[in-house]
Amino acid sequence: MSNHQALGGRIFTGPFIVLLVVFVIGCVFMVERFTEGMGAVSNLNGGFAWGIWVVYDVVVGTAFACGGYALAFMVYVFNKGQYHPLVRPAVLASLLGYAMGGFGAFFDMGRFWQFYEIFIPGNWNFNSVMLEVGLCVTAYIFVLTLEFAPALLEKLGLDGLLKALNKVLFLLIALGVLLPTMHQSSLGSLLIAAGHKVHPLWQSLHMQPVLALLTALIMGFSIVIFEASTSAVGFGRESESPLLAKLGKVIIGLLVAFLVIRLIVLMTQGKLGLIFGFDFASLMFLLEMALFVIPVFILLSPARRGRGSQLLIAAVSMLMAGALYRFSAFLFTYNPGPGYSYFPSVAEIMITLGIIALELMAYLVLVKTLPVLHPEKHA
Amino acid sequence: MKRRDFLKVTVGGTAATLCTTAEARSNLEPAPQAVGMLFDSTLCVGCKACVSKCKQVNDMPPVIDGDELGWDSARDLSGDTLNVIKVYREGEAKTKDAEINGYCFEKQSCMHCVDPGCVSVCPCNAMRRDGLTGIVTHHPDVCIGCRYCMVSCPYNVPQFEYNELFGQIQKCQMCNQAGVERIDKGQMTGCAEVCPTGSTLFGSREALLQEARRRMELKPGEIYNYPRGDVRDPYSYHEKPAPTYKQHIWGEKEAGGTNVMHISAVSFDKLGMPPLQERSAASIAETVQHSVYSYLALPALALAGLSYTVRKNTRDDNGGEQ
Ligand code: SF4
Ligand code: SF4
Ligand code: SF4
Repeated sequence: MSNHQALGGRIFTGPFIVLLVVFVIGCVFMVERFTEGMGAVSNLNGGFAWGIWVVYDVVVGTAFACGGYALAFMVYVFNKGQYHPLVRPAVLASLLGYAMGGFGAFFDMGRFWQFYEIFIPGNWNFNSVMLEVGLCVTAYIFVLTLEFAPALLEKLGLDGLLKALNKVLFLLIALGVLLPTMHQSSLGSLLIAAGHKVHPLWQSLHMQPVLALLTALIMGFSIVIFEASTSAVGFGRESESPLLAKLGKVIIGLLVAFLVIRLIVLMTQGKLGLIFGFDFASLMFLLEMALFVIPVFILLSPARRGRGSQLLIAAVSMLMAGALYRFSAFLFTYNPGPGYSYFPSVAEIMITLGIIALELMAYLVLVKTLPVLHPEKHA
Repeated sequence: MKRRDFLKVTVGGTAATLCTTAEARSNLEPAPQAVGMLFDSTLCVGCKACVSKCKQVNDMPPVIDGDELGWDSARDLSGDTLNVIKVYREGEAKTKDAEINGYCFEKQSCMHCVDPGCVSVCPCNAMRRDGLTGIVTHHPDVCIGCRYCMVSCPYNVPQFEYNELFGQIQKCQMCNQAGVERIDKGQMTGCAEVCPTGSTLFGSREALLQEARRRMELKPGEIYNYPRGDVRDPYSYHEKPAPTYKQHIWGEKEAGGTNVMHISAVSFDKLGMPPLQERSAASIAETVQHSVYSYLALPALALAGLSYTVRKNTRDDNGGEQ
């Protein structure tokens, strides 16, 4: 019944070994973090309470992991069955990306030994955006695990379980649309309470959740294109350009919506003048705008849209645009007040790289051993 | 455009987008028996008696900077310092309380916000505002260390003990945390008690506000009888000519107001106070959050709708594909 196949092949390839080395180095610092404390490995301070563990691993990383969300949205809600071949690899990438976010959050948790306090209903503060993010991301990791489970069950030949799971799959997919909509918008809402510390060009207050959600969808679709194109090159598979080109059209709408809302917010807040201040924040803003506008032009032309290389450029541009939007808001232009500065330490960077390496290794192993990718003729 | 106008525009303009069903939450009001402090920067001589008393009350070690072993040299709030005196210096730093070529002192400690960001954002209710006194306390037993309280505090007050493996958030709890409870026992805060000039005064928010307003009315040079200790029942007074106060009581209105208020002869942006508007960021965040979630009714509805559509579409889909 499934059209997916395991890729097979050697596990210990050159790239895999490089990743393994990065991971091992990361592990050394991870051990230090959990023996000496956060201060020993990170440059976090009283003004910058959140560094790259929160901002990259959770805020940006989970947006990179929105492929599963974006596709679930398209395939099932809008009844576009033709994107099916892309779903399973996207779900796997999402699962790994969110797992990485979970890891990062745990490393970052100052009182990790009592992390469970956030799962105790008696403690819940329903005013807290962090509560929503914490619970919702956790729930989504479970949902993704179940969404991906068919790949494992097929491999193990557990048909009974597979059938049972398929019966509730509709519920999982509905949750797979609902939960990311909730927490991806909340990741934006986190910024509201930071008030003046968020640079005016990024402090859209009431529109934070909307802008964050749009970047999540844009990045989600882009990562699908990116993964499909690179795995076409990397694993020597036929490209799925026609499918990808169709996705491109959906993305134009999202990009335009983002740009229009972003500018209208700045206009109504009377902040347009800040755009051309040509200070660091203004340059970051202009760069972000450029990265959002370039793909619009690429995707608008049917000829360019059809070409794999152009699509890949558009996808990379959008991924960088979304990541830059979030990085700028949470870190680059974030200003807690005089006397505070932050640049990640080597250890912080290595721990994050270590987790990324682990994520990539897991992806490589799983697509080679489990039925994840679609055979070429169906693409 | 004024911030308030822009808020009106954005609130109105985005209400539809956010499917607003919940009421916009405005700033919280001061607690019925709010207590706080008034810090008058013009009276502070920088002796740091309050810093050392604070350490004693909270059982924290002094911070030693270089060879200065004689006193606590803490320059900033940290896990070991809940209260710090900072110096403002400009040019030749000759004249006390002058903005140009002058100097003065500023106290930094928790402001005990009327609408505290730290309380609003804490996922586990580990930050609590007392319903009666308005005192904001921290409860590490349920804290996960996400540090959102640090991010949302306009004054960068909560400090995580990064240097400890099993660290916790530290902040001034107005000397009223379990085991200390100076306020509940009818005492005043440690820092107000020891302040030799009455620069740090204790009292009810109302009484302190009245005192601050009286000082705003003073003509420069006019002799005023400055109280020490609890403004409602001072243990002593001293006379001194009034400085040229800036007509600004910090904490009367900022982000919903604070129970610890400051007055000064040097403008507050120069003293490191943040650029705050009258509406608290916490109230905006809660408005958005509750609009989107409407107490979970909306997500539940959405899930029902989604499940139905997905079910329908996957059925058609399977039929069409196989
Ligand atoms: S000053 Fe900061 S820590 Fe103190 S009550 Fe206000 S938000 Fe909380
Ligand atoms: S660090 Fe602790 S007190 Fe602060 S917001 Fe997180 S859970 Fe609450
Ligand atoms: S009220 Fe108590 S804890 Fe707060 S600054 Fe004063 S002495 Fe320190």
